Amino acid sequence: MIRFENVSKTYRRSSQPALRDISLQVGRGEFVFVVGQSGSGKSTLLRLILCEEAASAGDVLVAGRELSALPSRKVPALRREIGTVFQDFRLLPNKNVFQNVAFALQVLGTSPHTIRAVVPETLELVGLGGKEKRLPHQLSGGEQQRVAIARAFVNKPAILLADEPTGNLDPTTSLDIVRLLDRINRTGTTIVMATHDEGIVDQLRKRVLELDNGELVRDQVRGVYEVQR
Amino acid sequence: MRLQFILSEIWIDLRRNRSMAISVALVTMVSVLFLGIGLLDQRQVDALKGYWYDRVQVSIFLCTARSDLPNCSAGAVTESQRNQIRRQLDAMRPLVKSVFPESQLQAYDRLKAQYKDSPTYRDIMPSQMPESFRVQLSDPTKYDVITSSFTGAPGVGDVQDQRRILDPLFNLLRGLSFGALALASLMVLCSVLLVATTIRQMAFSRRRETGIMRLVGASAFNIQLPFILETLVATVVGSALATGVLWALVRYGIGYLGTRLPINFITTADVWTVTPWLVATAAGLAILTAWVTLRRYLRV
Repeated sequence: MIRFENVSKTYRRSSQPALRDISLQVGRGEFVFVVGQSGSGKSTLLRLILCEEAASAGDVLVAGRELSALPSRKVPALRREIGTVFQDFRLLPNKNVFQNVAFALQVLGTSPHTIRAVVPETLELVGLGGKEKRLPHQLSGGEQQRVAIARAFVNKPAILLADEPTGNLDPTTSLDIVRLLDRINRTGTTIVMATHDEGIVDQLRKRVLELDNGELVRDQVRGVYEVQR
Repeated sequence: MRLQFILSEIWIDLRRNRSMAISVALVTMVSVLFLGIGLLDQRQVDALKGYWYDRVQVSIFLCTARSDLPNCSAGAVTESQRNQIRRQLDAMRPLVKSVFPESQLQAYDRLKAQYKDSPTYRDIMPSQMPESFRVQLSDPTKYDVITSSFTGAPGVGDVQDQRRILDPLFNLLRGLSFGALALASLMVLCSVLLVATTIRQMAFSRRRETGIMRLVGASAFNIQLPFILETLVATVVGSALATGVLWALVRYGIGYLGTRLPINFITTADVWTVTPWLVATAAGLAILTAWVTLRRYLRV
């Protein structure tokens, strides 16, 4: 589903590469944690998958597409296969829960009939049934992140990227959110989650990719946050 | 995106940014108004020209006994010279539409009627007035054919084309219309810059929406479309207001003059003729400005 072949990325105004010679493969339906300190290259990795940035060297393949050869007019089609969740939720403050989730479908031209059917179903899945009319500021942090996840998943993407989705949440809520992602993963969606949250990584025991200063230093199946070296 | 969704989003955004939308509409209104005045002024000059040129004549003044014109040194025009001129004019049909011979007495009567209260012409005698042929042309622009044929001919004192009197007036009106168009260009530049700045601000204030649209896979066109349509709505409203003002100016301003002066003035029909051009120019510029600005300031 995702393949990096000797990928390096150096930002224009930086002398240090953000990623160095990364090669990895993530299969369909996998759940992968990307761990590492701040500045280790986790977000850059996700941005390359999302085609927000282009690799300086090497090949990135996502959902059967070679991104360096992907014309910009075909990037939206790629992004329709990827859902994204961020630490800061990025909800639209003037739209209620239903409208926030529906927005992702409306901008793609989905029919109102389909939206009326799919959005409540997705809100039910993320545990927000009955809160459709609430505005973001009337929700807790965990609930806001559930709305963001519903918005990312409503289009049934093949891949869901989560960049520190529990960064603003307390440990209990964080665990709920990751369990929700795990449930989504079981529907066949590939999940790549960048995180700092040691407890969650250790509890879920999924595959762990560790980045250190732009290098992939560990790729461990059923891994933990930190290994004693 | 579906039309209903686009329209509802545009309505929400226009309400949220109403001061911006109003400023774009008003600046567009002023620039389109000047553009309209310039275009209507040109049409007015054309209408006046058509009106007057149909009425102007080329006058061939004949020599009198007291004439001091260089071509009249031989004295007053003779009967044979007069007949020769008449024959020559008849031979120039159909360019020559009609010829009115005006005798010295008729010229005197006309002068007295025109300037009956003027002391300047009180002591003038009929014998001082030149007799003339007033020639009306089927194509008034070809007056120089008459001028070149008769200037210096025996018995002809002078050939005068009345257009020479009217042309400075038309030139003044043309100058005014070019002035209005120059001012319109300046206002159009202002409105282009304002639209560009407004879109830049709109793109910044809506970066979260556009960011989400981008992430969920909306195409560049779909992300840019609401901005372009909102600008278009504000511009079309501005153009409509300008058309309304132009209509009122012509209907009540020029219309009032029309009831007072026997001149061919433009009518509201002329306003409707220039309106599509005004709206198309304003809309075209708005779309182009929006597109260029969005390419630069909106990440898609």
